Amino acid sequence: MFASMAYPGAFGDFERLRRELDDLFGLAGLPTSIRSAAPGAFPALNIGSTPTSVEVYAFAPGIDPNQIDVTIDRGVMTISGERPSARPNDDARTNVYANERFAGRFRRAISLPEDVDPSKVEATYRDGVLRVSVARRESALPKRITVK
Amino acid sequence: MSDTMVAERQENRQDAGRDESRAPAPQPRDREQPTMTPRVDVIEDATGITLLADLPGVSRDALEIHVEGDALTIEGQVSTVTPQAMEATYAEVRIPRYRRMFTLSRELDGSRIEAQLKDGVLRLRIPKQDHAQPRRVQVKVA
Repeated sequence: MFASMAYPGAFGDFERLRRELDDLFGLAGLPTSIRSAAPGAFPALNIGSTPTSVEVYAFAPGIDPNQIDVTIDRGVMTISGERPSARPNDDARTNVYANERFAGRFRRAISLPEDVDPSKVEATYRDGVLRVSVARRESALPKRITVK
Repeated sequence: MSDTMVAERQENRQDAGRDESRAPAPQPRDREQPTMTPRVDVIEDATGITLLADLPGVSRDALEIHVEGDALTIEGQVSTVTPQAMEATYAEVRIPRYRRMFTLSRELDGSRIEAQLKDGVLRLRIPKQDHAQPRRVQVKVA
């Protein structure tokens, strides 16, 4: 199981509360993407589009950029990797009070629009945010047509 | 991209004690502004506490750590550079600001906190006061 796994224990109660609120306010009836994950999935994603590119921001702090895999296969971008645990080795003299940060393997998928060019991809990692920029096809770019 | 800095300690107890009747109670800044709560790990060992906080998108300049009395506040502004004319089509991170407060206990030394920010993870080291550190008591044989 990957990041979309629901939280056990106390967080499970919040998850149930969230679902009840969704039911109450009717949010549950809205259509969601077939690949959407539960809230709180790691890494959190923001997706934006510009006239020339599609920009994907993955909020994945504390990961070696070389350990992040970004693949595009048939219009689906997959971001995967592993985040090391911050927990100390089983030392009897340490106490862990909060353990909220995600650790382990993760994978998230994003379906890209049809007009992108998978050969023109740029990925940068800065301050714990992975930014993947996929260019749109030249033929899909808006063109100005001169009137003769 | 590793930056080390020492948290500022704000000593305003003197002011607080004098004019409590006239001066308004100090309000935490940006109370009304919505913020995200960063996820943290808190690990204690014999000499202090290590706090790890996920603050993706926060650069060193946009991070503020305050210790006022026994209150520790971590605040950070997400400064993700977005291209001009970008239209958000899907967003899980909607509020570009993190904020979380902690209450330090008495045996912790708020004046010697060390902070390190690397790849969006803040690592705070809060040492225990010297007198609070465990000591081995030698038992002398009479």
